[in-house]
Amino acid sequence: MHSALFLIEFGAIILGLGLLGRLAGRFRFSPIPLYLLAGLAFGTGGLLPMGASEEFVAIGAEIGVILLLLMLGLEYTATDLVSNLKTQYPAGLVDFTLNAVPGAVAALLMGWGPVAAVVLAGVTWISSSGVIAKVMGDLGRLGNRETPVILSVLVLEDLAMAVYLPIITALLAGVGLAAGSLTLAIALGVAGAVLFVAVRYGRLISRFVSSDDPEKLLLVVLGLTLLVAGIAQQLQVSAAVGAFLVGIALSGEVAEGTHTLLSPLRDLFAAVFFVFFGLHTDPASIPPVLLPALALALVTAGTKIATGYWAAKRAGVGVKGRWRAGGTLVARGEFSIVIAGLAVTAGIEPALGPLATAYVLILVVIGPLTARYTEPLAARFRGRRTVKTPLLAAVPSPARSPEAVAEPAPDQDPAGRP
Amino acid sequence: MSATPLPGIGVQYDLTTRERRHLSVIAHRDGTRTVNLYRADDPDACAQSLHLSGAEATSLIDALMPAHHSPNLLHTTDLGLVAERIELSAHSYWNGRLLGETRMRTETGVSIVAVLRRAEARPSPAPDFRLAGGDTLIVIGTREGVDAAASILGRE
Repeated sequence: MHSALFLIEFGAIILGLGLLGRLAGRFRFSPIPLYLLAGLAFGTGGLLPMGASEEFVAIGAEIGVILLLLMLGLEYTATDLVSNLKTQYPAGLVDFTLNAVPGAVAALLMGWGPVAAVVLAGVTWISSSGVIAKVMGDLGRLGNRETPVILSVLVLEDLAMAVYLPIITALLAGVGLAAGSLTLAIALGVAGAVLFVAVRYGRLISRFVSSDDPEKLLLVVLGLTLLVAGIAQQLQVSAAVGAFLVGIALSGEVAEGTHTLLSPLRDLFAAVFFVFFGLHTDPASIPPVLLPALALALVTAGTKIATGYWAAKRAGVGVKGRWRAGGTLVARGEFSIVIAGLAVTAGIEPALGPLATAYVLILVVIGPLTARYTEPLAARFRGRRTVKTPLLAAVPSPARSPEAVAEPAPDQDPAGRP
Repeated sequence: MSATPLPGIGVQYDLTTRERRHLSVIAHRDGTRTVNLYRADDPDACAQSLHLSGAEATSLIDALMPAHHSPNLLHTTDLGLVAERIELSAHSYWNGRLLGETRMRTETGVSIVAVLRRAEARPSPAPDFRLAGGDTLIVIGTREGVDAAASILGRE
């Protein structure tokens, strides 16, 4: 009756996640922190240790990471990536310097060694595109001048993941310098080749995959992605990068269709992944790392704000927009957990998992708040120092909608209608 | 009108009016649209941001067309001719009947230039063309003729 027990356990997990997701939806929050907490509750040293479904959850978590990266690749066309890389690379460099370095330094300060430093650098470096896109939509800022700046920083980070993940994989596998360099060379070569092919022959690839029947499209894309991810894993390149490159290579209508087809699958397995990560973190190990996590979160929230401010300034956005761009970029999320997850599975520094969990929990909650309030607060501080009266002097209560807070322009009625 | 790609979201089209007001439309990749109006005191920020479904965006476009008479208008010439799209309802009297049976040209003097069925268009259908519910007929004629044609085709 092993299967019965498995079904009961796994069903209970999924049902619990569904209810948590509804709860998150009610408060307009990202469900990611709740999934992590659910994992903590059920895992080792938690309330209800799971046994039977452990193996399946582990595989599901891997598929979750692959699907997360595939969908990320689908979001962008190869042309997007290349043009962004050409025009925005200084912003990418500033982003890396300001946000990856604090993570690395923190790990070294705690005496975790160089490998953990590289991992933690990734955790603090990559913003969460999912959380940020949702926050910008909710705040009605998609049309703002700073939005393309924010998006291009996110695109560069995602592109950097394609280089960073193979490095991490090689480091965690403990390969020597020569083998590591070879892996990295392979990874870079493959990534470059895929980008080149996707820019040149993206249509051909899409035509090969294309199918009018959603069922066949689903099977072909899913099969292709898992196959490529598996091969990438064999080559020590990292399955996630393989999936990401598949996503980049698919474009146009196929990407559109795949996106709608795979979204529910991605949601399911990504949720399983977050739970899996929580399962492998002992709740008792979190309190000791809470303070370092909080300090790291505050520092890297500050550095992200600086990054956004600088990038927006470079793009010629006004001062308010610069603060908004900075505040929006603060949220970290799924990819910090993906990176930490690789380290946890490899079994390096035991405190890394709990620290990453606490760190993401803090920033995924703070992120939407900084996105909302950084600009009004900055205006307030400036207002104290300058004679100019700030437009949004009072910090509005969160209960009111952003529209209600926005001051009506002179030629509009108080409701904001022309 | 300028276009800015928003990676992962869609494309943003910006327009600055003669009154120096700035508005933008974001074409999301899922077919929805967001219309944004900007604040006078902070031109980088949206004062209003409206998210429209595909159908809502279509009816907004219809209302914005400068030569606007009726929601089905294609084009008005100066010669007093109008072209309209007339849709057959699902339980139309003409569902399954031949185009010739409508005696359209004799009764109203309009021409049926095409029938749109799902994603394809059938140009100049012959009298033996079999109509089906859900078809959209493109008719050209005088205002009176087209109105008469609409009432004939509206038979249930």
